[in-house]
Formats: sequence, structure tokens, C-alpha cells
Amino acid sequence: MSYFVDKKGYYGEFGGAFIPEMLYPNVKELEDNYLKIMQEPSFQKEFQELLKEYVGRPTPLYFAKRLSEKYKTKIYLKREDLCHTGAHKINNTIGQILVAKKLGKTRVIAETGAGQHGVATATVCALMGIECVVYMGEIDIARQAPNVARMKMLGAKVVPALSGSRTLKDATNEAIRDWINNPINTHYIIGSVVGPHPYPDMVARFQSVISEEIKKQLLEKEQTENPDYVIACVGGGSNAAGAFYHYLDEEKVNLIAVEAAGLGIHSGESAATSILGKEGVIHGSKTLLMQSEDGQITEPYSISAGLDYPGIGPLHAHLYRSKRAEFISITDAEAMTAGLELCELEGIIPAIESAHALAVFNMKKFKESDVVVLNLSGRGDKDLDTYVKYFKL
Amino acid sequence: MNRINQKLQENKKLLSIYFTAGFPKINDTVSIIENLEKSGVDFIEIGLPFSDPLADGPTIQVSSTQALDNGMTSEVLFNQLKDIRKMVKIPLIIMGYFNPMMQYGIENFCNKCAEIGIDGLIIPDLPVDVYNDHYKSIFEKYGLINVFLITPQTSDERIQFIDKISEGFIYMVSSASVTGSQNAFGKSQDDYFKRIADLNLKSPQIIGFGISNAETFKQATKYAKGAIIGSAFVKYLDENGTANIHKFVSRIRD
Ligand SMILES: Cc1ncc(COP(=O)(O)O)c(C=O)c1O
Repeated sequence: MSYFVDKKGYYGEFGGAFIPEMLYPNVKELEDNYLKIMQEPSFQKEFQELLKEYVGRPTPLYFAKRLSEKYKTKIYLKREDLCHTGAHKINNTIGQILVAKKLGKTRVIAETGAGQHGVATATVCALMGIECVVYMGEIDIARQAPNVARMKMLGAKVVPALSGSRTLKDATNEAIRDWINNPINTHYIIGSVVGPHPYPDMVARFQSVISEEIKKQLLEKEQTENPDYVIACVGGGSNAAGAFYHYLDEEKVNLIAVEAAGLGIHSGESAATSILGKEGVIHGSKTLLMQSEDGQITEPYSISAGLDYPGIGPLHAHLYRSKRAEFISITDAEAMTAGLELCELEGIIPAIESAHALAVFNMKKFKESDVVVLNLSGRGDKDLDTYVKYFKL
Repeated sequence: MNRINQKLQENKKLLSIYFTAGFPKINDTVSIIENLEKSGVDFIEIGLPFSDPLADGPTIQVSSTQALDNGMTSEVLFNQLKDIRKMVKIPLIIMGYFNPMMQYGIENFCNKCAEIGIDGLIIPDLPVDVYNDHYKSIFEKYGLINVFLITPQTSDERIQFIDKISEGFIYMVSSASVTGSQNAFGKSQDDYFKRIADLNLKSPQIIGFGISNAETFKQATKYAKGAIIGSAFVKYLDENGTANIHKFVSRIRD
């Protein structure tokens, strides 16, 4: 079985480009050019240089000694939280801004949930001197205030999405509408492995640097490229796609995708897409999504703005359907506890998104000899307010 | 012959009106359709509301949300329309996004449309190639016309292709925009309308998006076979209810 995108833009039965005709020229232009551009030596040189000098890559693969002692297994943390701007999101925005430049675009738009992707986009736009507009749900603007301020400082215009649930899905709708209205000069930097083909593949390729590095680093530390497990949280699925990418065909490496169960899978307040979702079309992609019987997209819920999305990328839908990855869902409470535990045991404050992945150690037993790599997708600075309120600190 | 093709043969400029089913009130659907026909509208697009209408501007978004809050679903709409052909003769088209139809089951959906007497579908987010590969035979089996869109950015080559596979009319999106964001057409639109007219396509073109009054209707139909009004009518319903639909329509046609 192949876990990579096929010629028509599908992962198994998922993916494709279900877009209105208004977007056809934009998406086609990208589809025709992205691989060509990414293979150009001048592109690779600039991309690699920026990842090293600007983002701070490679990020460490840190052996978490005290966490490992507690859970009686060998835990490595892939420190994406140490990337410039505080999360893995910038791997993708660096790549896409270079693509946008090669395509001659002079304006960039993006959607954001937690604000991490918005900040990462605003950052690379500032770096390149390109106009930047970020759409963000009104609710998320309130709960991720520090990131809104950062985007503004970086010169981006932050536009509140006022429709629907006023979170990530609606911000994405607004960004797509903006792209329909500005088809010629604008590039849309999608923040995850979602949206119409070629976005899921392009974003996965830019994030694949994560597993590329893990392989090298693990070889040094454990004399093997392959861990027994890779764990990552899934909102749309970009950090997981990056952490899984070079292991997809290594069937001995177990992949664990962690979704947000919110207040509980069946509480009606959840974002556990693989369990609650059905096949459908969201934001131009055929995938699993949470929806009513009548096909209306459900408003998800998670304490973590970055996981508060009613769909998952088509790659992940395929990994779920084919059982290549195990999907586990984690509640708000389990995630928050795991987040605080990492602070206390390792001196690392994780993003609440990443804390969902950490909570797996309380759900699942690993062998003492297992090597487990957990992708720590981001740092918790943006979440301090939520942590403080939750734990009454 | 499909009612749409018959209508397209009439020797006049056609006026089509879009409305969102279930808005302003859940049970307005049938009376809106009857009143539109009585007012001289040539065909009607019945909007099946969707939670995430990507190609629509604020007016249709808000009406869709309201319609869904009112309880509109595919099933409710089909029930409301079950006797519509006893009352209304003009072509009826359902316009909606792909996901609700997919959940209903495309074959079931088409079957229901045929049973009721719906003549065609407009599904903005169902791409031409996916339709051709997977759904064309189902639409044909139930005698439904699928209407494709073109925009100012669509290449001539692609327009020719879309023309070839179109069985009714081509839906010409007036400008690079979502629905409802235009008040008047400028030179660039006029150039575009003329450019398409000069292609001498086999399929008649009907222009939509941004038509709101007599003036824009006239500009749009200078070259095209007809025009579709959506947001402006939805706004009118919002402000005036369903009582005086003929007033709205008569203003468009002078
Ligand atoms: C730190 C962090 N992790 C994870 C995510 C979820 O996104 P994805 O699933 O694309 O990695 C986000 C999204 O904002 C994030 O900020």
C-alpha cells in the first residue's frame, strides 16, 4: 500500500481538489509548479539555509530522562518547540513563502487557529517584505491574544472571521474567499496538511524535515534510524505528517496520531475527527470530517485552539482507514495534566496541542526497551493564560 | 427535452433568480417559487443551504445559517417540493455544495430530484473532472443537467472543454469574486463578456454573481443569453418578506 499522494492528488480514497471553478487557475498553477520549484537547486539552497540560520534547525532530539523513568520506557522529545516562533509551523511557511516568491506573488493570506501558523506566516512575510493578511476566528482571537499581538507587531493585518463557529474552520473559509477575490497576486499559505491537492502533499514535504532529522539523530543516539513508536498530535495533521513522513513505509515503526477529545468523545464537545467523523468534503478535500447526518459541518470543540478543527488531512484519513496509524483521543483534562507534568519533570512548558500527545503515556503502556519519539510540536507561551486559569496558578 | 433546454430556445433574455431554501422562514419555499413564476421569472435556482458556503459572500452566508437554524435539510426541501410540478412550469435548478448531497447519496439525491421534477443542479465545489469520472452517468440516468461555471480567469482552452461537455447553459461568473460583492460592472467585465461571446460557444451563457438591478441585468445580457440574481433578491426577502416579490422582479426588467 502506498501512503504517498498519487498522480491525481489522492491518498487512497481521500484527497483530491474539490474546489469551485473560481479557484481552479490558482490551484492548477500551484499543482503544475510546486514540485518543479522545490527541486530547483536555488530553492533548496535558500530553504535549507533559512531552516538552519533563521529557524534554528536541526532541532534537538532530547532524551527526556525523568519522563522516561516515570513511564518506564525510553522517551525522546523532538523539540519543535525550539523553532523560531515556537512551533513546527514555520517549517512550512518558510517553504511556501519561497514558492510564493517564485510564482511572482506579492500578497500572502493565511488562516490560523492557535495563532502559531499566523505568527509563522507573518514572520516570513516580514522577512521577505511581502504584504500579509491573516484570518482568525473571533473566538480564537480572544483566547490566543499574545499571538494576535505578535502578528500585528510583525506587520500583518489580522481579520476576524465572524461566521459560523468563529474558529479555525471559519477562518479557513474566509481565507479561501479572499483567494477567490484575489486570484492573481495572492498566494494562500495553508497551515496544515489540509485543503485541495497539492496542499496536503506540499505541506507534508516541507514538514518532513522533522522525521529526516529524527532518523539521523536517532542513529547517533540509538544506533538505529527507527524508533518503535512515533507520537504526534493531529489538528489538521502537519506536525504529525512531518514526524511520520520518512517512516510511512517502515511498517515496523508504529505511528500514533493523537486527537483532541475535548470534554469527552461523546460529550458533544469534541474534536476527535477520526472517531466521530464520516467521509465528506471540507475545504476542498475529501476526507473524514465531523458533520451532521444532513452533511452540515459540525462545530468542534477543544481547549486547544490548534486542534479545534472538524476535519483531518487526507493523508491521516488514509492512515486511519488503512490502520497504518493508531488514533488515540485525549480529553482537555488529560492534556492539561500531561502538560503540567512535563513542566515539573523536564522544565519544558509545552503547547496544549503537544500536551495532548504527551498524555498518551497515561493511556498506553510501552515496554521498557521501546524507543518512543514524541513530536513536541510547540511551546506553551501562547497558552499561559489557559494554563493559569485552568490550574488557578 | 429538458425544460432548461426548451427555455434556452426562447427568443428573449432570460432572468433567473436564486433564493436560499428555508429563508426567511422554513416554509417559504413553495410560495417564493410560485410568486417568482407569476412575476415572470424564467427559471429558478433553489439554494440548498450549507454550513460552509465557500463561494458565497456575507448575504448568502447569513441566509444559509438562518435557513439551517430554521431546520432546513435535503429531506425537508424534497418534502416541500414534492407537489411543485402541479403548480409551477418553469425550470427549477437546485444549487448547493457537494457535501450535503454526498451524505444524502448522489444517486438518491438525483433520483429524488427527478421524481420531483427538478431539471438541473449547480454544485460549485464539484470539479468538472470528478463529475465526468464519477457522476456523469448518474446525472444522465435521471435526466438532470449539471451546470458548470467559468470565470474571467478560466483559460479559453478550458472554456472550450467545458462548453463541449455542457448540456444546458454555462454559468458565467461575472468577476473574480464570491457572490454578492458587486454594484456595477466596469470595462473589464464588459471586455470579458464580449470575449466570451466572441468564442461562439455552443452552450448559451447565463451570467451570475454581482447582478443586482436593472442596470447590471442589462449590461450582463448585452452579450449573454441571460442573468442570475442571487444576493440582491435574498437581501430583498430579508427586508421585505415574501409578500411583494413581483415588485422586485418588475424593477429588474423595467
Ligand atoms: C503547537 C501546535 N501543535 C500542533 C498544532 C496542530 O496543527 P497540525 O496538526 O497541523 O500540526 C498547532 C496548530 O496551531 C500548533 O500550534
